[in-house]
Amino acid sequence: MPANTKFELKLGMATREAFGRALVELGRENKDIFAIDADLSKSTFTHLFAKEFPERFVSCGIAEANMCGVAAGLAASGKIPFAASFSCFVMNKGFEQLRVTAAYPYANVKIVGTHSGISIGEDGPSQMSIEEVSLACSLAGFVVLAPADEVAAKALVRAAAEHFGPVFIRTGRPKAPVVYSAGQRFEIGKAIEVIEGSDVTIIANGLLVAEAIRAQEALEAEGVSARVIDMHTVKPLDRETIRRAAIETGALVVAEEHLVDGGLGVRVAQVVAQTHPCPMEFVGLPDRYAESGTTQGLLDKYGLVARDVLAAARKALSRKTGM
Amino acid sequence: MKQTRTLEELQALCKRVRREIVVMIGEAKSGHPGGSLSAVEILVTLFFDVMRHDPANPGWADRDRFILSKGHGCPALYAVLAEAGYTPLDQLNTLRKLGSIYQGHPDKRFLPVLEASTGSLGQGLSLAMGMGFAARLDDRPTRVYVLLGDGEIQEGQIWEAAMFGAFHKIDNVVAIVDYNRIQLDGFVKDIMEVEPLVLKWESFGWHVIELDGHHIPALQEAFGEAATVKEKPTVIIAHTIKGKGVSFMENNPKFHGVAPTKEEVQLALKELQ
Repeated sequence: MPANTKFELKLGMATREAFGRALVELGRENKDIFAIDADLSKSTFTHLFAKEFPERFVSCGIAEANMCGVAAGLAASGKIPFAASFSCFVMNKGFEQLRVTAAYPYANVKIVGTHSGISIGEDGPSQMSIEEVSLACSLAGFVVLAPADEVAAKALVRAAAEHFGPVFIRTGRPKAPVVYSAGQRFEIGKAIEVIEGSDVTIIANGLLVAEAIRAQEALEAEGVSARVIDMHTVKPLDRETIRRAAIETGALVVAEEHLVDGGLGVRVAQVVAQTHPCPMEFVGLPDRYAESGTTQGLLDKYGLVARDVLAAARKALSRKTGM
Repeated sequence: MKQTRTLEELQALCKRVRREIVVMIGEAKSGHPGGSLSAVEILVTLFFDVMRHDPANPGWADRDRFILSKGHGCPALYAVLAEAGYTPLDQLNTLRKLGSIYQGHPDKRFLPVLEASTGSLGQGLSLAMGMGFAARLDDRPTRVYVLLGDGEIQEGQIWEAAMFGAFHKIDNVVAIVDYNRIQLDGFVKDIMEVEPLVLKWESFGWHVIELDGHHIPALQEAFGEAATVKEKPTVIIAHTIKGKGVSFMENNPKFHGVAPTKEEVQLALKELQ
């Protein structure tokens, strides 16, 4: 049986800050690491890198398209550029540049989107990125990562630097619940089974991993054994872990802070359809924009908390058993 | 490859490159002859007189780099790369055909010697800035040359990159505007005027040189001048003639993106003897 109170889920460091701190460490180890920013360095935490390595910090001003091109030019000169901005700005305004100058020539460019999802809060929909996972996954050759907490973010930023090729890392604004203890190993493309379980599987990433754990605890109280998987790599997907979950638990829920159309859920569903079809439910954002509010108020109102994961799990289970 | 060629040799090379352009686009039955022919002197002067590069060692870290931001002009670049010894001359006529190294727009996957895959306009100057920034930090002698179309500079990203270059004082980058005054839909002045071009670049903090883009000595002098300019990038506004060298293509918007027929190829070759 899974451990009952294994996770305290105390609020820890935001994944954007974990990125900024990891980048400084990488910068100390490797003089080819660059940080590039478009006037948001205090929000993306690249200001930490700028302070320690001013010569390797490239300020682009509010010009994301040029920023992506400059990153590609640095990569073509043997550098490892991390270009950071809010997810909605870098991915939407830089998409064409990422397609032609990063994806197409398979440039060693790392794009870090901060302030992803609706959990950014009060700034509202113009700043809320709810479609960039879909966009990033549509860039051929891109690796797409969505860490859940500080430990995951630091490890995956390092993994991105070590991987040759274009990478997008999705990070968030608010403090993230602590899921992992220090020393947890992360590998691109290898999902982590956070909690074992046999009746239903909840696959999540980002902030929704913590909500999935909370939902699992509630299910356990009902006598249901739920498996929780952190799909920190959206692309390339860990197909084997998904296939095994479908076969062994026969019911799946996918939960993400992203539009349900085009995000992790549809990509997991494709694997399930190809390997072992079974009932699936999806927790994510509907086909509309959110609004201003507190992080928690928004997640609650737009259906991205444990309650919603729990309801989806019950539904998937009932479809599995035909009840 | 620092070469010493006479003006006559460079001019003869230009003529040969023009013949190759016309023939390869004719064989391909599609492509962009006008903007390829307008850029010939610029490319030949760069690759055979100005740039430090070595066809025997294309990956030389200290090489000068060239980016064809106006990627549709690639027949001119392909002919020049082949004449320089980077790629096979006898495959030029596979242009745009399935599996050819000479893709419809420059593609590094098929031609690793290219510094950039281009074809979507407006992006080469940003790439050049990244390369120039890296070369400066690494203390390399590398200079980066990027050829822009006049229509291309209607793209906003060009001006983002222009601001970046002046702000970061990227003085090892030289942009050349192939100012042939014609874009796909017609004359630039009728589609989206780009004048006053010199004032625009000057106000963005660039060193500006204006010249006749078919006059090789002027180009040689300008590239020499650019190398002495410190603390700011240089742009060369090269006044050119679209379709230069083939009378019925010159200043004819039709030949921006239409291949010559077999008969037209023969007529053009007669003029390019």
